[in-house]
Amino acid sequence: MSFETSVPLFWRRLASHYRLSATRCTNAKCNQIFFPPRRFCPKCGLETEENVSLSARGQVVTYTIIYTAPTGKELQAPYCMAIIELEDGISITAQITGIDPSEVFVGMQVKVAFRKHGSFSKMGIIHYGFKFIPADYPRKI
Amino acid sequence: MTGDRVGIIGGYMTAFGEHWELGIRELAAEAIIKSIRTIPKGIDKKEIEALWVGNMSAGRFVGQEHVAAVVADAAGLTPIPATRVECACASGGLSLRSAYLAVKSRMFDVVIASSVEKMTDQTNAGDVTTTLATAADQEWEQQLGITFPGLYALMARAHFQKYGTTKEHLAAAAVKNHKNASKNPKAHFRREITMEQVLNARMVADPLGLFDCSPVSDGAAAVILAHESAIHKYTDAPVWIIGSGQASDTIALHSRRSFTHVHAAREAKKQAFKQAQHILGHSPQVQLAEVHDCFTIAEIMAIEDLGFFPEGEGGPATLEGRTAIDGEIPINPSGGLKGKGHPVGATGIAQALEITYQLLCDAGERQCADTEVGLSHNVGGSGATALVHLFSR
Repeated sequence: MSFETSVPLFWRRLASHYRLSATRCTNAKCNQIFFPPRRFCPKCGLETEENVSLSARGQVVTYTIIYTAPTGKELQAPYCMAIIELEDGISITAQITGIDPSEVFVGMQVKVAFRKHGSFSKMGIIHYGFKFIPADYPRKI
Repeated sequence: MTGDRVGIIGGYMTAFGEHWELGIRELAAEAIIKSIRTIPKGIDKKEIEALWVGNMSAGRFVGQEHVAAVVADAAGLTPIPATRVECACASGGLSLRSAYLAVKSRMFDVVIASSVEKMTDQTNAGDVTTTLATAADQEWEQQLGITFPGLYALMARAHFQKYGTTKEHLAAAAVKNHKNASKNPKAHFRREITMEQVLNARMVADPLGLFDCSPVSDGAAAVILAHESAIHKYTDAPVWIIGSGQASDTIALHSRRSFTHVHAAREAKKQAFKQAQHILGHSPQVQLAEVHDCFTIAEIMAIEDLGFFPEGEGGPATLEGRTAIDGEIPINPSGGLKGKGHPVGATGIAQALEITYQLLCDAGERQCADTEVGLSHNVGGSGATALVHLFSR
């Protein structure tokens, strides 16, 4: 893919991918938080403020185990992808790691973790970002 | 009658499947040129005023953009105004709607709505799934590791959780659609499958297995539309488009209000029904439908979104055979995306064509009981676009 060496593509999203940095509508009556971040509030049309911190904890709303993986993630399969509802009420899609995929369940409590996501090729940029791990991680064996 | 209707005067689709010997031009040219030949009273090619081409991703699948010109050229229609439209897997439906709106506006009297997708030149499953996943949110879904089957698997799990829908309910849709496809000479899979085969298939995105997923297919389809004022020059038996709805939703599944239904489909349905009510003078009584079963769970959600069954009852109804060809409301008599095949951008026109055949009692072995009103339901991505069309004799 041609964007495998595109620095700006990853650079402009670092805050969101590394720190779950969200945006918030500047209309006091609306005050809605957006993650993935939106530059404009879809309801009010106002520019949003940046660097709003999100809760690092949430729960699994629904999940799947990916067996046929997209190019570049074949070696990770099977892996678990979930929609997670954070304590702020924001829902996001993320990988669940630090647990056998077959042990994930709807309602499971999770917390955010900083992990390697992959690279598009041997010479491509390595990108990092959020994944989620069980809230009680690391578990005692 | 209003005198301002738009009707289908002809149409054709290539067989759907693996066409190793044919490229995007050959497929599109076959669908368009043969669709022109199906017009009962004939037509001079010069009378065709505009062409639409639905196509999702020729740029990624075969490295060709500027698809409308490629197709117009291949079909021998230059210098016709040719326009490519795209909304992922609903591109075919959007081609139909764009052509319909152009005739409805009286800009043109006779136009072609075509669609084509050539998927099998990408011979690696990972590359195909990566391309299909571009129909989802690239930044916040696909690049984090979700696949297209994965998104529907998230919806399936949520549906299981909320309504008690089971893998058997989903499997019943695949078994039915393969049975219907076995009667369709244009279908990708002309063979029946068993419940056990579906349930024991290898997983693609748990809980969806291989037989819960529509296949990677090549194919093209075209229908020719004419305004009511000109239509009898071409045919005495048109199929009327009596409603056309289209709606959008957030590109990412996780931002939607519900993961157990496709809200855009409900919105599109509402629009189409309102228009049909205006034309018919009463609420349309839909007797059969072609719905977007890219995955088995999608058919279950579709028949609930369209109001054929209450929420949560789509699965049991399918298992009980209520959506079979001889059931109370036949769903996907063509075999659907699962059995007929799913060359993504081409699907919407093929759906319209199946409804046309059914309404004209020209569907051969898979003919449903005599019907007057049919519906097509075409979804883009995980539901960020949906189109619903209503047809009548």
